[in-house]
Amino acid sequence: MATEVVNPQAIVMADFKGKVDPDWCPGCGDFGVLAAVQKALVELQIPKHEVATISGIGCSSNFPGFIDTYGMHTLHGRSLPVATGMKMANHSMTVLVTGGDGDGFGIGCGHFVHATRRNVDLLYLVMDNQIYGLTTGQTSPTSRLGMKTKSMPFGSIESPLNPISLALAAGATFVARGFSAEQKHLTELIKQGIEHKGFSFIDVFSPCVTYNHDNTFQWFRPRVKKLEDNPEYDSTDWGAAMQKSLMWGDEIPIGKFFERTDLPSLHESEPVLKSGPLVKQNIRIPADIAKSFVDELM
Amino acid sequence: MRQSFSVGIGGAAGQGVATPGDIFAKIFSRRGLHLNVYNAYQSIIRGGHTYLTIRTGPDKIATTHSQLDLLIPLNQDTMDRHMRLLSSGGACLYNADLIKPGTPADGVQLCPIPVSKLADISRNKIAQNTLAIGAGLSMMGVGFPALESVLTEQFRKKEKAVIDENVSIARAGYDYASQNFKPFAWPLPMTEARYAVLGGNAAMAMGGAAAGVKFYCAYPMSPSTGVLHWMAEHARKAGIMVRQVEDEIGVINMAIGAAHAGVRSMCATSGGGFALMSEGLGLSAQAEIPVVVIDCQRAGPSTGVPTKTEQGDLWQMLGAAFGDYPRVIAAPLDIADCFKLIPEIFDIADRFQCPGIVLCDLLLAEGRLSVDPKELNFNPAIDRGELITSNGSGEHGAYQRYKITESGVSPRVIPGVPGYTHTVSSDEHDEDGVLISDEYTNSVKRRAMMEKRMRKMDGIAASIPPPYLLGPANADVTLIGWGSTYGVIDEACELLRDAGISANHLPIRWLVPLHGDAILDLLKNARHTIIVENNYSGQFARYLRSETSFVPDGNIRKYDGEPFFPHHIVEAVKEQLAGNTKLSVPAHEVMV
Repeated sequence: MATEVVNPQAIVMADFKGKVDPDWCPGCGDFGVLAAVQKALVELQIPKHEVATISGIGCSSNFPGFIDTYGMHTLHGRSLPVATGMKMANHSMTVLVTGGDGDGFGIGCGHFVHATRRNVDLLYLVMDNQIYGLTTGQTSPTSRLGMKTKSMPFGSIESPLNPISLALAAGATFVARGFSAEQKHLTELIKQGIEHKGFSFIDVFSPCVTYNHDNTFQWFRPRVKKLEDNPEYDSTDWGAAMQKSLMWGDEIPIGKFFERTDLPSLHESEPVLKSGPLVKQNIRIPADIAKSFVDELM
Repeated sequence: MRQSFSVGIGGAAGQGVATPGDIFAKIFSRRGLHLNVYNAYQSIIRGGHTYLTIRTGPDKIATTHSQLDLLIPLNQDTMDRHMRLLSSGGACLYNADLIKPGTPADGVQLCPIPVSKLADISRNKIAQNTLAIGAGLSMMGVGFPALESVLTEQFRKKEKAVIDENVSIARAGYDYASQNFKPFAWPLPMTEARYAVLGGNAAMAMGGAAAGVKFYCAYPMSPSTGVLHWMAEHARKAGIMVRQVEDEIGVINMAIGAAHAGVRSMCATSGGGFALMSEGLGLSAQAEIPVVVIDCQRAGPSTGVPTKTEQGDLWQMLGAAFGDYPRVIAAPLDIADCFKLIPEIFDIADRFQCPGIVLCDLLLAEGRLSVDPKELNFNPAIDRGELITSNGSGEHGAYQRYKITESGVSPRVIPGVPGYTHTVSSDEHDEDGVLISDEYTNSVKRRAMMEKRMRKMDGIAASIPPPYLLGPANADVTLIGWGSTYGVIDEACELLRDAGISANHLPIRWLVPLHGDAILDLLKNARHTIIVENNYSGQFARYLRSETSFVPDGNIRKYDGEPFFPHHIVEAVKEQLAGNTKLSVPAHEVMV
């Protein structure tokens, strides 16, 4: 590439303002997540052209359109493989993946497990509202047992999955949980997740004011307790993280559950990337190597 | 009528049918002979029946057939199934200790090898194979040094003692045949030519490397897995990233993510895997991100017959990803074309920012053919289309990723360039990428966007050549085929001409867009047209009719999982020209 001309001024919130304003319902938890992400990028001073924001489909997956970066609004449940391809082809980009609990833990659950175990260096932010919002209110994989929705009007007879435990079991190297109403805390988690070299997962309680009348802001506020408030909590202890992940009820932990920094991320292990990002590499096969490919066949 | 020599080697899976096949293939091709290899096998790792046919000769051999000159059965089952494929002048080399021959046709030479007397079978489990190779080559008039050098290469990873043992067993077989069996009437000729021998899967993988593919991902699925294996083995030397993904949905989406980042990206699968990719292909179409997907067709529907060939996925491709969108679909004509097509289709996918589909099949993917190494050009033209890779002076208007242009192509920036941030989407969108599928829906904008994308089809059509007729302009019969039937129709035309029936051939390579008018023009003076294809319903015949209203005089279809042999087509043409039928479905006489 030619020498880039970059505006040398400091990066500010206005830089990340999207082409359109969000069309989320007034009071939606996702507004707080959007603001936290933008704040985190400003505090880290990452230029917008170095950021890729990739989503699936759903209310929270409209996110890339509301932030000025290289966005990709992809298919329901498929943001993680797209993001993996994008990151592995250009690992100089900071990759954020945004979506909801239906997109991520329903249709996308398989990809979640594999992207996690691959330790792809990206931040996966799930705006978890325990409901399918954009399709007007069906049960989600994280809806509580007994919750009444349009698709299960007599109450769900299925237990929810636990995203934190699942992430830990799949081998995630950074696992955290946030709450949309605790914006400063969330911003800090997002910064740590971005700086973590490997797969960072943050499950964010982001209440749906229109369809989820159970897990509202008022319901979460007295229950969420920051792990950071407990100086004895050791986030390098996987077993302790697993235990904390199972806590649900009067006390619901939020914060950084677990981080390990000893494993290489996928692109660090990939030998083809030793010479730099794939997109910047020469695309021609050198003549002697081409000849060796043909000689093998003779 | 081209002269060829055919060897058939059969046995249970695990008995080592492949290795003698590889050894013969190397020896024939180093004598400067052409070859064509077809393997009939089953979806099983051990047991069952595997039957490899190698045809060789000084002239190009485009197709396989049933006639045999030499049969090497490694078990009784093979002898029982295939001895009847030998006719006068042919021979059968077999393990006299274990296999009983049955009654051969007149003039067929039975060559029993006393395996336990010639080798220590308690130590060497494949002695019968090695003895047969040596014996066969002696009867073909090939000098032993050629065999010795190939065996040394074949077993180079083993210890010297193992190599020496195998060479001496081969020698024992060779000498035994020289002393006890009649050589073949037509000794195997030699020429100065040198050919590369490769299968379609390797050809497509290499074509990708030549085309500048930097990202290849896949999920293993017969018969496409060979592309993944070539890529994985050669990735580090070629500078290509290869990823095995958890499922085909992940594959297509990962390929698109990499393509969006700016690299040429490819994947291969079979019909069932492609079905999973269908939605993902739509992302490529709507977001206008180029990607090339290879489908190695096999007998369907559903899991079908995983190790058998068919041309049954055409309508899946035509209907893939729902909705109307620009794309290019092509079917390679032979194994060399498997290589050549890849850079060509990538140029179109890149220039017109659309999905490209390669409709290959098991016959090409897993067959092997000799190819002139000069045809394996690793320096093809590469046109990446209208790419923005830097922000130049830094001054430009607001970037519109989906700017409406006359050609329908909107210049595409590579993510990472300052000043060009935008969001691409699977939703319908305006020129700047903002969704028009929700709050901002606007029927005028939607129409404009659909028309912009579809205008690209004019550019694609102008970039692909129309088809042409092979053979005399004036012929008794015109045979129309697509993709892999190229070789067998070519040889059938030759046999028809020998039988006094003039024939020409219209092979279709570019399926979408289809040069329908050009095809009608070529066929307007045809005396008798027949469409030949490997599927039940005449998928191409139906497609051609839907595009042009053309109805052929007859159809020849085969859907038993096995490829056409030239004589199937010849007999079908004769019965159709005699007015006995309009639809011929040849039976397969080889019991595989």
